[in-house]
Amino acid sequence: MATNTIIWLLPLFPLLAFFVIVLFTNRSKALSHTIAVGAALLSWLGSMIIFVRALQGDLPFEKAIDWMPLGETHFFIGVRVDQLTAVTLFFVAWTVLMIFIYSVGYHNFGQPKGDHDHKGLPPHGTNVTDKHDHVHAVPSIEPMYSRFFAFIALFAFGMYTLVVSDNLLTLFVGWEIMGLCSYLLIGFWFAKPSARAAAIKAFLTTRVGDVFMLLGIAYLYSETGSLSYNVIISEHTLEKLAEPAGFLGMSIAGLIGLLLFIGTVGKSAQWPLHVWLPDAMEGPTPVSAMIHAATMVSAGVYMVIRMFPLLSVGWQEGGALTPTMTVMAFIGAGTALFAAVIAVAQNDVKRVLAYSTISQLGYMIAALGIGAYVAAVFHLVMHAFFKALLFLGSGSVIHGMEHGVLHTGDHSVDPQNMFNMGGLRKKMPVTFLTFTIGGLALSGFPLVTAGFWSKDEILADAFGKGYWLAFIVLALSALLTAFYTARQITLTFLGEPRTKEAQHAQETKWTMTLPLVVLAVFAVAAGWVGIPAGLTGGAIPNWFHEFVVGTLPEYLPALEFNFLPMLLSMIIALSGLTLGWWVYREVKAGQPDPLAKLLGSFYTWMKNKFYFDELYDRVFVRPAYWLADTFTNKWMDRGVIDGFLHTVARAAFSVGGILRNYFDLPVVNGFGDAVGEGTKLFGKKFRAVQTGKVQQYMLSVLVFAVGILFYYLLSLLQP
Amino acid sequence: MTIEKIIFLVIAAVTLGAAVMVVTARKLIHSALWLILVLFGVAVVYGLLDAGFLAVAQVVIYIGAIAILFIFAVMLTRRVMNDTDSQNNQYWWVAAPLSVLLFGGLTWMLSRWQGFSTELPKLTPEAKSGMLKQLGQVLVSPDGYVLPFELASILLVAALIGAIWVAGDRK
Amino acid sequence: MIPLSWYLIFSAALFCIGLYGVLARRNAIAILLGIEVMLNATIINLVAFWRYRNPEPLYGQAFAVMVFAVAAAEVAVGLALIISIYRRRNTVVADDIDVMKW
Repeated sequence: MATNTIIWLLPLFPLLAFFVIVLFTNRSKALSHTIAVGAALLSWLGSMIIFVRALQGDLPFEKAIDWMPLGETHFFIGVRVDQLTAVTLFFVAWTVLMIFIYSVGYHNFGQPKGDHDHKGLPPHGTNVTDKHDHVHAVPSIEPMYSRFFAFIALFAFGMYTLVVSDNLLTLFVGWEIMGLCSYLLIGFWFAKPSARAAAIKAFLTTRVGDVFMLLGIAYLYSETGSLSYNVIISEHTLEKLAEPAGFLGMSIAGLIGLLLFIGTVGKSAQWPLHVWLPDAMEGPTPVSAMIHAATMVSAGVYMVIRMFPLLSVGWQEGGALTPTMTVMAFIGAGTALFAAVIAVAQNDVKRVLAYSTISQLGYMIAALGIGAYVAAVFHLVMHAFFKALLFLGSGSVIHGMEHGVLHTGDHSVDPQNMFNMGGLRKKMPVTFLTFTIGGLALSGFPLVTAGFWSKDEILADAFGKGYWLAFIVLALSALLTAFYTARQITLTFLGEPRTKEAQHAQETKWTMTLPLVVLAVFAVAAGWVGIPAGLTGGAIPNWFHEFVVGTLPEYLPALEFNFLPMLLSMIIALSGLTLGWWVYREVKAGQPDPLAKLLGSFYTWMKNKFYFDELYDRVFVRPAYWLADTFTNKWMDRGVIDGFLHTVARAAFSVGGILRNYFDLPVVNGFGDAVGEGTKLFGKKFRAVQTGKVQQYMLSVLVFAVGILFYYLLSLLQP
Repeated sequence: MTIEKIIFLVIAAVTLGAAVMVVTARKLIHSALWLILVLFGVAVVYGLLDAGFLAVAQVVIYIGAIAILFIFAVMLTRRVMNDTDSQNNQYWWVAAPLSVLLFGGLTWMLSRWQGFSTELPKLTPEAKSGMLKQLGQVLVSPDGYVLPFELASILLVAALIGAIWVAGDRK
Repeated sequence: MIPLSWYLIFSAALFCIGLYGVLARRNAIAILLGIEVMLNATIINLVAFWRYRNPEPLYGQAFAVMVFAVAAAEVAVGLALIISIYRRRNTVVADDIDVMKW
């Protein structure tokens, strides 16, 4: 099958799955998940075929159609697969497929229906009597099962569209579809007020970023007349865009890049638009894994990677950074440290991972900011694998804890709080092993994990190019990353169970543990494709670097290999891990976090996310409410408009009253009544004439007859 | 002043005087009797006008039947009317001047007519003597007054039946 | 000889006297008396005109005979009515018989 045909089929399979599930198979849970997983499988197959063909060369595969006529020319949209697209397709296909399979088990397929489950709330579980007449509480199947698969299929469509598109317009379409699905899926359990609020928060916050991104796209279109990558990234266009824009000394390209980057700040949850990502953990764990670890937030980074030639206009390798790149570096590195600090003080197992995601995305953006193109791509791909693994693993842990909650029947215990866990390595061995592998990859455990190679490359770039501030901040973040990862693993799996629920936890089904295993393999081995060439003295070339750098218009050579940053990162990783394990290994049930006493009030600040949510609430949310409620509703709508209407009504009433009382009643009615009354009066008076007495009648006749007679006679007198 | 004029003036005065008494007498029976005098006077006037048959008819019919009828009626309705009360109704003071005015008007109107003062045309003696026969012929001849004659007789029959029925005592 | 005017004035006077009687008397029979006087006045008028204007054909007298008959009939019926009313209402005062009104 022609490569170009396969490319545009990739988004199509999940889209068809969405429509089929929504329109036809909503009732049948088995059919719905089969269609969804089948579509993911087909897209995975297509992606693998394309990846293999891409490895064989002859890139880019592209095909465009003239879609919209614009006067003389057309607006072209189409598909394009180059090296960057190929590696992105690789990790997207694998993670999407794994997450789809995981969702089957996560939503308890095969379990009975809950006895008082409602659509919109997480399933409660149900009581089952076995053959020995023991009553067990077991988990129940998710009531909105098919709907979930429809939504994640739509989401997969959005992601594939974004990845294979060859122009910014369809990229934006995919971007927004994923934003919509993010809203739908975070608010999946819509009957929970916290889920609803989180969904709205996510949508609105990313919207802020999207507005600026749209401005950037519009500006770009107005300057170049096209949105296709081929046109934008061509030498001719880039030269044109190097003109100064007149805004803060940036070039046009730089300004466009900055605006586009703000979109990424929203979508990839960088500071200051990071507030939605931790709240987004309200959604089911597969959602957190897919959207907020592997794909959607990665899309933000993918976009700036794609636009790197644009926002780096005017930058030479080794030269001064453009203003846009400086902004990116600052925000990326700052976010990395900021989020890592907060993650240390979080108790919910998913929250830790959420802040970890924010932090790692900051790494990638910082890498781009300092010009380390390949390192950013490398970390993007590796992060997707191990972060998805970590999220799915946390979902497995939560499922195990929920099993314990159902067993004891005590629903006041939060199954997601790490301080209620402990000792789960014995109860859930597969989960423990895979989670640990993921955690080690995240921390950058030397040599055998993918995270080590990718993180190390970023640190090496910062070190090698002389960006000392970036290097220190990123290194500190790496230390904290290792610390909180060890904290998480220690509290969850090591030691003894701190609660009865943890004692009764159970390993999850194969549909959940199989994806964990597959992803763990990638988390270990995937990094080996990017080993720096210098390490082995040039014997093994850095395949990844050579492959991906083909995307850029100019060849970017790999950095000279330096042992020092690699050593430093090894020390940082190992020391962080050890420290984390050592602080938390003896925490018993009911004991507080040891750090709380150590850090005092700073710990409280960390735990409360440095009060950014409260700040935004005060500065943005409450004024918006005030504007809507008081200003617009009370003053404008009810006061001005309604007041005007009421005044008009009152004026009309009074005019009507005046007309009625002073004209209608006296004049019109009066006239009518006067006619009637006058006639009656006339009649009453004249009735007196009819006395019934004949003589009087005759008298009257005679009077008039005599009168007429005399009148006649008198007239005869006149000549 | 011929003898006829004197006779006429006397008779006119008597008749008019009796007529005034008819309409002003207090007792009703007196009015009826004064009416008889009026009728007599009128009969004489007919005689003066050479209408001998009419004069006789006047006496026989009017005085002999109608006046007697009046007297009967007065007697039959005596119980109610107290003769000492006034016989005039409340508007008599309008009727009097009115009558005078009407008289004045009539006279004046007639005086303007050119035939007002015609003299008496002569009648031949044959005409005078044959008058009754001629009257009879006129009354019953087809080119005369036979139709009104017959109708008048039907009218009298109808009046007769009517009067009997209206005034009859129904049990 | 006696001019026509004397007769005409005489009959006019008699007519007006009778009219006064009709208009001004309370008793219904008195009213009928007045009517009789008026009728006689008219018959005199009629005969006078006959004699002075066209005495040869006796049409004037014939007409006067008709009027006679009518007068007689009318008196008979009128008195019968009065007697009937007297029986019903026990009154012959014309003013009391005022039913023909509103």
